[in-house]
Amino acid sequence: MIPLSWYVLVSAALFCIGLFGVLARRNAVAILMAVELMLNAVNVNLVAFWRYGEPQAMAGQVFALIVFTVAAAEAAVGLALFIAIYRSRDTVAVEEIDLMKG
Amino acid sequence: MTYAVFILFTLMALCGGVLVVTQRNLVRAATALVLSLFGVAGLYVLLEAGFLAAVQVLVYIGAIAILIIFAIMLTRRMVQGDESGLNRQWGWALVSAVVMFALFCYVVVKAWPLALGAVSAPAVPADSTEALGLALLDWEQYVLPFEIASVLLLSAMVGAVVIAREKHDS
Repeated sequence: MIPLSWYVLVSAALFCIGLFGVLARRNAVAILMAVELMLNAVNVNLVAFWRYGEPQAMAGQVFALIVFTVAAAEAAVGLALFIAIYRSRDTVAVEEIDLMKG
Repeated sequence: MTYAVFILFTLMALCGGVLVVTQRNLVRAATALVLSLFGVAGLYVLLEAGFLAAVQVLVYIGAIAILIIFAIMLTRRMVQGDESGLNRQWGWALVSAVVMFALFCYVVVKAWPLALGAVSAPAVPADSTEALGLALLDWEQYVLPFEIASVLLLSAMVGAVVIAREKHDS
């Protein structure tokens, strides 16, 4: 079998790619895509530890399914927010959305 | 053979991910996201979590990626233009991502080499999808998180409709 650490390293790399995207992109939708990448990285980790730890117990898979649910809810609400902001401010560039800046 | 498949799916996931965060054109970035999500689904298959792989394709690729593409189309004006897709602090972002990855590597290679070096694992029960369904609905196990997840989905759905609805002043 493939060593567990390989999966963990792949997941770490995917997480860091997503982290870079969240910090560096200008477009809010692109930031949301990077967040999805980070959630996926976490899920790979959870499933890998489930597989190599205790595959009889379903805790790891249940955890991953809950992450799926939260990701779907987050995408729906986040995209609705961006569409509402686009309608009122005509942009989704995060540096131009500074309504709450003091 | 397994290694070749693993490397293929890893390359899909990581190359797709890099394209997602670097492509200036958002539609291309969303397509790369689909590639990356397929790679992750392949990793689930390798980890013998077939149900999760199917859910990954259905929910992530079938719903979330399509939703993101819709949002890109609806907020179209940002896609074009000559300006870069990255903001001014992208250099620092790159530094912090690389440092983070180095820390992860240090932990994996140095700190817990024994626990993470596992090359063998107990066999997955043949009916793991059925076991997952039973665990989700078992009163003693995960029925509460399951129900909370459905309430969360319902409230997110209502919230998304309310937020994105066009307001007509009458």
